[in-house]
Amino acid sequence: MEIRWHIFLLIVGAAAVTFIPRIVPLAVLSRFQLPAWAMQWLNHVPIAIMAALVGQELFTHDGRTSLFSNNIELLGGILTFAAAIWTRSLLITVVIGIVCMLILRMMW
Amino acid sequence: MQTNVTAPQSHRQSHNETFLQGVKDCVPTLLGYLSIGFAAGVVEKTAGLSIAEIALLSVLLYAGSAQFIFAGMIGASASVTGIIFTIFFVNLRHILLSAALSPYFRHLSPIKNILIGSLLTDETFGVASNNTAGRQYLSERWMHGLNVTAYLNWIAANIAGAYLGQWITNPEKFGLDFALPAMFIGLLVLQMASRGKIAVDIVVALSAVVIVVVMNMMSFGSVSIIAATILASTIGMVIGKWR
Repeated sequence: MEIRWHIFLLIVGAAAVTFIPRIVPLAVLSRFQLPAWAMQWLNHVPIAIMAALVGQELFTHDGRTSLFSNNIELLGGILTFAAAIWTRSLLITVVIGIVCMLILRMMW
Repeated sequence: MQTNVTAPQSHRQSHNETFLQGVKDCVPTLLGYLSIGFAAGVVEKTAGLSIAEIALLSVLLYAGSAQFIFAGMIGASASVTGIIFTIFFVNLRHILLSAALSPYFRHLSPIKNILIGSLLTDETFGVASNNTAGRQYLSERWMHGLNVTAYLNWIAANIAGAYLGQWITNPEKFGLDFALPAMFIGLLVLQMASRGKIAVDIVVALSAVVIVVVMNMMSFGSVSIIAATILASTIGMVIGKWR
């Protein structure tokens, strides 16, 4: 129930390299009026990053890529997409996603 | 459509700008944080971290995927440089989230922006982006309400996972690990639904998925997410110029 010194240093180091990219753009860019093309570009970032994260989660498991064969995560993902489009509720989408996966993993 | 960019302070505070509203808007993500945080706590405990170390890790690092990697690499006795570099690359995507939100906090001082950025996550970013439709700025109090709720919930979930982890050895069996992709899917769909430019958004989203999958197949590792985001956003910008 204690904190070992080398673990403490590792946590602080990892936290520092995480903190910098989180704060620098907000602290710096918010002081300038960005050019129109930059605003246009930033406008697509939310969709791009969420889609990239979804792609990574559904197609990469334990560092290996599996596309359409033997991929129950993809099946669960499609059902979750349907739930999101149908309900437009984040909470219900997450619950349905978990339940789908629970059932799919019991079946396979 | 709000047009006064320069004087948001004079704008009357509406109900959806309060700290409490930020807390409420965070609620739909809490289940996701709880299950992922719980799973992270289990994995961290299994990797040999103490409860106090797990608490410190979630307080200071506060990043889901990075904490899984941290635990995995500690368990595998990886080098200090290896761990810190990997976490840096995995979390570098925050630079894009932070940049994308910056236009909406232009009315705040750099110090206040740092406070907002320090608790920025994929999920709070997703919720905040969903709220930018038709707005020129976001409320500071609302953002703090959102951020602090997510943060406290994350820490509690990690510690709960660390305590209860000895009885639940395999959280995957219950589908709990799928809370993370499910939350990303929900945030993606809700954003696309609220933006009113579905065609471009679908092209951007599909490009991002294809790029990240191809790069993962080529073993690019943690830069894949960042590269896919940069390229897909550029595709979106170019399409916007054509039309």
